[in-house]
Amino acid sequence: MMESISTFLNMGGHGVFIWPSYLLSALVLILLLVFSLNFRKNMEAALGAFRDEKDAHK
Amino acid sequence: MSWIILVPRTKKDPKVNESSAMKRIDWLANPARFQRLSRRVRPVAAWLTVGLLAAGLYLGLFQSPADYQQSETVRIMYVHVPAAWMGLFCYVSMAVAAGVGLIWRHPVADLAAKATAPIGASFTFLALVTGSLWGKPMWGTYWVWDARLTSMLVLLFFYLGYIALVNAFDDPARGTKMSSILALVGVINVPIVKFSVEWWYTLHQSASVVKAGGPSIHPSMLWPLLLMAFAYTTYYIWILLLRIDGEIAATKIRAARMRQVHG
Repeated sequence: MMESISTFLNMGGHGVFIWPSYLLSALVLILLLVFSLNFRKNMEAALGAFRDEKDAHK
Repeated sequence: MSWIILVPRTKKDPKVNESSAMKRIDWLANPARFQRLSRRVRPVAAWLTVGLLAAGLYLGLFQSPADYQQSETVRIMYVHVPAAWMGLFCYVSMAVAAGVGLIWRHPVADLAAKATAPIGASFTFLALVTGSLWGKPMWGTYWVWDARLTSMLVLLFFYLGYIALVNAFDDPARGTKMSSILALVGVINVPIVKFSVEWWYTLHQSASVVKAGGPSIHPSMLWPLLLMAFAYTTYYIWILLLRIDGEIAATKIRAARMRQVHG
């Protein structure tokens, strides 16, 4: 079992190139998702705060 | 490009016979309507991304065979090729959106172009880096200045130039106009990237999927590749809609502040 996992991870000696490709792709796409979710959340919060402020002045 | 700017077509002109496609584009120009649609599409795109990624990764890592020449390194293809396709696809989408915004003063189209830029830049960056990691074991080098790699790097610079320019002015309308022109100029690079492997002698291999005569790749490798490409496409739609929503809110804040300042 352990041996088959290490054979799989080794990828015929090319795991050192294959896994970084997959990990970096995952990292960049997850970071872009997190940044985009935060960007939207912050902008909507700022818009909400701005509207509350305006209402308070009325 | 000046002739385009000088001849804006107005929506109210009764002489202009608008096609149904134009009407659909017009329909989306209303931000509130766009956001209602976006809220419904986003979860669908998100779940499709998760499902397609799971299927693509399973087939790509466990079910597809090693290549007879490239051995296991061929598995880098499943993250490299979709990223490169999306780098080009996003650029064309960005340029079309920028063109629609420039010609028809379509507010959501401008925001769609702005929202696409970081996504396309990320895909292009991933194509370059994963390509580099594939190049080392296959070519013996991480980088070579051949036509495909160099034109792909130029594509990344067009994205970065666009992002820098769209945010460079105090007046966002000027930034949008300048960056839209840059996006349209950069379209010339897209066919150069695509056909670079045919026009010049390159170390990079030529097309094996999108080419005359159909794909020359075995279904056991074509399927994971296509699933990953679809996953990247739904991911793009998901992130694009999220970012457009954020940009709409940012625009509203800016407009409200302007009203406050100018009373």
